[in-house]
Amino acid sequence: MINYLWAFMIIIGIVYGAFTGKMSAISTTTISSAKEAVTLCIAMLGVMSLWMGLMEVARGIGLMDQLTRRLRPLLKVLFPDIPKDHIVNEYIASNMIANILGLGWAATPVGLKAMKELATLNKNSKLASCDMCTFLIINISSLQLIPVNIIAYRSQYGSMNPSDILGVSILVTFCSTLVGVAFSIIARKLSKKPKY
Amino acid sequence: MKFVVYLSDYIIPLLFFYIIGMGILMKRPVYDDFIKGAKEGFQVVLGIMPTLIGLMVAIGILRASGVLLLISNALDGVTSVFHFPSEIVPLVIIKMFSSSAATSLLLDLFKEFGPDSYIGRLSSIIMSCTETIFYTMAVYYMTAGVKKTRYTLAGALVATLAGVIISTLFMGLM
Repeated sequence: MINYLWAFMIIIGIVYGAFTGKMSAISTTTISSAKEAVTLCIAMLGVMSLWMGLMEVARGIGLMDQLTRRLRPLLKVLFPDIPKDHIVNEYIASNMIANILGLGWAATPVGLKAMKELATLNKNSKLASCDMCTFLIINISSLQLIPVNIIAYRSQYGSMNPSDILGVSILVTFCSTLVGVAFSIIARKLSKKPKY
Repeated sequence: MKFVVYLSDYIIPLLFFYIIGMGILMKRPVYDDFIKGAKEGFQVVLGIMPTLIGLMVAIGILRASGVLLLISNALDGVTSVFHFPSEIVPLVIIKMFSSSAATSLLLDLFKEFGPDSYIGRLSSIIMSCTETIFYTMAVYYMTAGVKKTRYTLAGALVATLAGVIISTLFMGLM
């Protein structure tokens, strides 16, 4: 998929550029873009290391565990089909907290564990369970509270105040997650009705 | 909305203050913990570096050749009805498939319009409230051996669309 997308972008660009006489612009851009990507990664090294360092300290003081426990009552509402003391509650909570704190690297492995457990609860059916749908919709609605990388990119490109989008983006993320949750709850109710 | 921008300045310093302060109160080796996490951060960035180089070159070629301009001109008629900048439409679509490809597009918008322009700010907010729908669904459902995903895609699209609409509304208020 990404193979075709990438090749397509380059081939279309060069063919179109040949017709519009932009070849010299393309050849300068090709080299300068590669250089720019490296400059950007150097700026990112600072911000990402700073953030992940802070999050490691947060984990050390038990912030992750504390938040995970706080999430329990909410999980009961969102995932009514999961047995109360099942380990999957733990996985889902950790996945959500890691997402909220912007720790993508910690969110995916535990999210996949959650998915495997949900599959066992679903008797390994090829049809997704309601809980799986809810879990993924919430995940995809983006839970990330502080978009560290976006702030880094903004500062790299000369923003006057790179983090001034933070308040609005938290509000929007909250709203879109709420819409995702509402959708999941309604879809769950509708899908449980007999079909005839 | 002024207040929200004002509050934005406080979130990160307060978070640092709270976490480091609590760490010291709990007698944690805060500096050692920090270094350990920072090392992991380093690895993460080094890991995405090749992807970013490849994709930024591809987007650079697209822009230099004028294809991106062609696309946004074509979309202008539709999006101007909703007061939505057509330059951001490709970003929203690509984000559903690949996060790093969307990042390259975002940076391209920053370069052309500046990160503090209306387009720069709106695209920053949209990037932070959306996820890679198709990638995430593929990875998670493959793990679970699920073939029929029922209403997951519909729900994900609704949440993403809500994010885009609400971002545009809030930006209009600022």
